[in-house]
Parts: sequence; C-alpha cells; structure tokens
Amino acid sequence: MSNGVLIQIAKTHLLTRKKQSAIASLGVTFGIGTFIVLVSFMTGLNGLLDGLILNRTPHVRIYNEVKPNPVQPIEKSERFKGSVNMIHSIKPKQELSSVRNSLPMMAVLKKNPLIKGVTPQVSARIFYQSGSVLLNGNAIGIDVLEEDRLFNFKQYIVGANPSDLANNENGIVLGIGVAKKLSLNIGDRVQMLSSTGATFRLKIVGFFQSGLADLDKMQSYVNVKMAQRIAGQGNNFITDISVKLYDIEKAKYMSDQIANTYGVNAIDIKTANAQFETGTSIRNIITYAVSITLLIVAGFGIYNILNMVIYEKMNDIAILKATGFSGSDVKKIFIYQAMFIGIVGGLLGLLLGGVMSYAISKAPFETEAIPTVKTFPVNFDPLFYLIGSVFALITTFFAGYLPAKKASKIDPVDIIRGQ
Amino acid sequence: MAYAESTSTQNNHILRTVEVQKSFVDPVEVEVLKNINIWVDKGEFVSIMGKSGCGKSTLLYILSTMDTNYKGQLFLADRLLTGLSGNELAVVRNEQIGFVFQFHYLLPEFSVLHNVMMPGLKLGKKSREEVEFDAMKQLRLLGVDDQATKKATQISGGQKQRVAIARALINEPKIIMGDEPTGNLDSRNADIVFDIFKELSSELGTSLLVVTHDADFAKRTDRIIEMADGRVIS
Ligand SMILES: Nc1ncnc2c1ncn2[C@@H]1O[C@H](COP(=O)(O)OP(=O)(O)OP(=O)(O)O)[C@@H](O)[C@H]1O
Ligand SMILES: [Mg+2]
Repeated sequence: MSNGVLIQIAKTHLLTRKKQSAIASLGVTFGIGTFIVLVSFMTGLNGLLDGLILNRTPHVRIYNEVKPNPVQPIEKSERFKGSVNMIHSIKPKQELSSVRNSLPMMAVLKKNPLIKGVTPQVSARIFYQSGSVLLNGNAIGIDVLEEDRLFNFKQYIVGANPSDLANNENGIVLGIGVAKKLSLNIGDRVQMLSSTGATFRLKIVGFFQSGLADLDKMQSYVNVKMAQRIAGQGNNFITDISVKLYDIEKAKYMSDQIANTYGVNAIDIKTANAQFETGTSIRNIITYAVSITLLIVAGFGIYNILNMVIYEKMNDIAILKATGFSGSDVKKIFIYQAMFIGIVGGLLGLLLGGVMSYAISKAPFETEAIPTVKTFPVNFDPLFYLIGSVFALITTFFAGYLPAKKASKIDPVDIIRGQ
Repeated sequence: MAYAESTSTQNNHILRTVEVQKSFVDPVEVEVLKNINIWVDKGEFVSIMGKSGCGKSTLLYILSTMDTNYKGQLFLADRLLTGLSGNELAVVRNEQIGFVFQFHYLLPEFSVLHNVMMPGLKLGKKSREEVEFDAMKQLRLLGVDDQATKKATQISGGQKQRVAIARALINEPKIIMGDEPTGNLDSRNADIVFDIFKELSSELGTSLLVVTHDADFAKRTDRIIEMADGRVIS
C-alpha cells in the first residue's frame, strides 16, 4: 500500500552514505564476480578435460584378450572329475587377436537405440624404416569419418582434415614423434615393414599429436583396409570395436550386456577411467566453496553496515514509528536497503564476472596435449549467471534480515525518553 | 470492565482511560501512574500540568499508543485500543493521532516538505500530489512555507517545532498530543503555536492534549488536568 514511501526512505538512507553503500555493494560485486569467473573457468576446464578423455574414449570398448582357456581338457574328463587337477605351464590358446564375429556383431549393435555409433579399429604392429634404421611402431586402421564423428579424431591431427585421410587409401597420419625422428614432412612417403615382412610406402597426409610423447613416437593412423593389408588379414579382422552411447551413464550396463551376449571382452569408460570423475567433482567443490565463502564475507559487510546505519538512525526509526510506521514497515525499509546493495552489487558482479571470463577466454593457452586449443577454456553457461543472481539475493536478504528485525523491535518510547 | 462498558456510550469523548496504571521495575518496582481516569472531548483543548517527574510524559506515551506496557484500558473514539497488535496501533497513530515532541524530531535527510508529507504518504489515501498540496497548506498555516525545500537540519529550532506541528496535522487526526511542544520556543513563537492549536480545536474540531509547564499557556486552554505523584489531582 505504501511501499513507495518505504523504498524512498531506503533509497535516501543509502544515498546519504554513498561511500559505505558503495563498499558494501563492491563486496557483493567481488563475491559474485569471483564466483562467475571461477565457475566458468573451472567448468570450461572440466569440459576441456572431458573432451580430452571422455569424448575421445569409447564408452564401451570390445576387444579380445589373449588368455588361457579357463576350462582345460582335463576338467571335461569323467575320469578325473572330483579330483584336484594340477596343470603347470598352461599356454594361451593359439588364436587371432581379432574380435570374433565382429562384422555381424557391429551390424546388430548399430541398430541398438541406446547406441550412437559403433566403429572398428585394426591394430597392426609395424616397423618404420629409414635406410637401415627400424623404429618399432603401431599402425591403427580406423573408419576415419566415423572415428571423427564419434571420438573427435580431428583434435589429434595437425596439418590435415580427417577427410584427407579418408580420401586417400594409401595415406597415413604419422605420429609426430616418428616424423621428427625420421625428418619427414607432409607430402613425403614413409616406408614401413609389416610383421609378415611386406613393405608398404604410404603418403603422409598429416601428423598425429596426442600430447603423450611415447604414443606419438609409435602410433600412426591409416584406413581400416590398409591396416588389414598390413596385418595380412581379411576384412573381418578387427581388433577393437569402439561403442559410443547416447547416455554415458549406461556404459557399465551396456558393456556387461555385450560381454554376456557375445562372449567377448568389453570394458566401460567408468571402469577404465575411474580417477577421472574424482577430479571433476573436486574442482566443482572447490569452486562452490570459494564462492560461497566470498559471498558470506560480502554478507557480513552488508550486515555490518546496516547495523551501523540502524544505530545512527535510532531517532529516525523512533520518529517513523511515532508517526504511524509499523515495525514491519521499518523492517522493510532496511531489507530494501540490503536488497538494493545486493542487486546493484550483484549486477555489477555479473558484469565483472562476464568481462573477466571473456578476457580469460581470449588469453593464449597453448598446450602440447591439445593442439587444437589456443586459448583458455571458459564455459559461458547462462545458468551460472542465474545461480550468481540467486546467490546474491539470498545472501543480501539474510544479511539484511537480522539488522532489519532488530530495527523493527526498537521501542520509540525508549529513544524519545532518552533525549 | 463493567465500568468501561457502562460509561462508554453516553458522551462524545475522543480519548478516555480507565484505571490506567504503570510501573517501572528499576531495580525495584515503582508505580509511576496510579488509577488514571481521564478523558478529552471532541474539539476540546486540554492541558496537563504537574511537577517534574510526576508521570506526565509516561502517561502521554501510553495515550499515544506508543507504550503498550500498562494496566487498565485506553479508548479512542470508543474503540478499545488496549491489546491491539503493534501493526494495528501503528495504523491508529498514523490516521488518528498527531504527536508533537518537546524536541523537534524531524528526519534530517529529508526536506521540510518531505518530512511533513511522510505520514500522509504512509497513510496512502491520497495521491502524492494531493499529499504535497496538503503539506504546503499546513506549512503555510504555520508560517514556514518559505522553508519547504530546505533540509530539516537547515532551519531554526522554532521553525522545526512548527514543521513538526504541520506534520502532526497532515492526516487531519482526531487528536493531537504534545509533550511540552512550546518548551523550546520563545514567547512570541509559543504564542503562535498556541493560537494555531486554539484555531484547530475551535474551527476543525480537533481535540488537543498538551503537557506544559507554562501556567499562562495552560490557563488559556479549555481545561487543566493537574497531576502529582502519578495521580490526577484535579
Ligand atoms: N524507563 C524508566 N525506568 C524507570 N523509571 C522511569 C523510566 N522512565 C521514567 N521513569 C520514572 O517515572 C517517573 C515519571 O517520569 P516522566 O518522564 O513521566 O515525568 P514527567 O512528569 O514527564 O517529568 P518532566 O516534567 O520532567 O518531563 C519519574 O520518576 C521517572 O524517574
Ligand atoms: Mg516529561
């Protein structure tokens, strides 16, 4: 009914002590600003690391582990049933390292509604050859375009696009470490020796750079067909199948199901990268803990200043009450002041946070590990700005509420008699 | 209670107390108001006199509804105010009671005009423009309209007192109470204030209840309530 006059009184109180009001607002500004910067940067970093590991790693990897048959022939014999059989020096079964029935299995998996994509890999041992020098290495055959669609293959290549490899049957994306050792450049040919003794000369279309020096010194990428030829095998020779799901949370379920249904080895991403989640959640905890601490400090600033204002304004409060303002009116006057401080400080904080985040996102950040990233990763999610505003309002409301309640309880008679 | 009901109908009392009693515990219990039964009629100008410390201010705080910690009953225009909530009493004070303090109590950060407007804006029955118009009218009545735009801290004591009276008048209250409203004024200004009060009671029918030490001032009012030692003696 008369909130207008209450707001006006609150505004006058704030404007007559501009300096203190400004300092109180700045407290909120820094709290919110820091929150925005921290959370944008931290989640940006998380996103980058997710991209680095999670997006590049298959949610389920299907492979064939070479191991001894758990059921040895003696176990099947009636004669030795029930006795303790001791066999020494068991050898693994002589078999190929390829996944059995890979092509039909992939065809079936591709139809599964939970699965976003399935892509094969063929791993072949090779030697890079330069004159009489032989370097140990690994050529991995991939379905280039699918690999890029599902696992961001593009992020590992320097100097080329995935399609350059896909369009060149005899092309190779050479490990950058190998290229350095052999002084090879894009457009050159690299000579390789397969484990069957055949020689291949492939054209270098780009370099592979994962950031892991040991890997870059060994690994190169070719098309699936080429890898199968290097391995001297047919087109059903596939050593790994990478599966990407729509929902990463289903990875464990899916890997168990695949392993049971097809009798193959399957490992899910969570099991393979258990340490990863911990890092993400710890970064989140730090972000929120630091921001909340800053906001609480800002809240104390507001609390302090309002307490001071109320102490100075005892007479005014008594007059207001004597002339018909109720306790709740007085409470509103001071809560409005806190909210003004919170809103102004909070808005400036959002602005400050946004500007600083933008500056960070433009700062150069070069790393071997991710050749495609040139600046710091920053996540400009509007949700953070919403959370920041809500934080600012809640803290300032509580910081204002206690002094305001005290003001509403002031007995005008005490003040008037005290004169 | 029976007494209150039997006497509440037959008169035109604006303000009435029934057996009001007040004690302070500081550190032993002292009774400062004893069996106060007073009334003020519509349009009546009443003064309260008595020695320093006899309880005049204490009584006035109770009558103005600011002090609710008393025994007995308080009626304003036949409505029992005793026992109402703080918010309800604030509305009563805002609408029906004007209070003038001994010390000119103005809000220092606001202009003179704004100080006068404040209770009117709180009441919220009129538009801002109407309240401003009324406030200017009151300031003119009290001869301080030329000070309207100044800050409340930039005018003299006598002017402040008149501004405080203008503020008490803004909502056209049923009764105006004053605790030595002329105590800080020279005789010329005191006379001005007295004349204004007199005019209010005779022309607008506003009731007045004013504590004063000034016997000349009291003599010119309609009725004097004498107090001594927490009692009404005449
Ligand atoms: N808060 C208090 N605690 C204890 N005693 C009080 C308190 N306020 C007033 N008194 C006592 O109550 C009595 C009445 O005080 P009050 O202020 O009503 O006197 P008064 O008649 O207005 O005097 P004066 O003419 O000097 O203003 C005094 O004896 C005073 O000491
Ligand atoms: Mg007194």
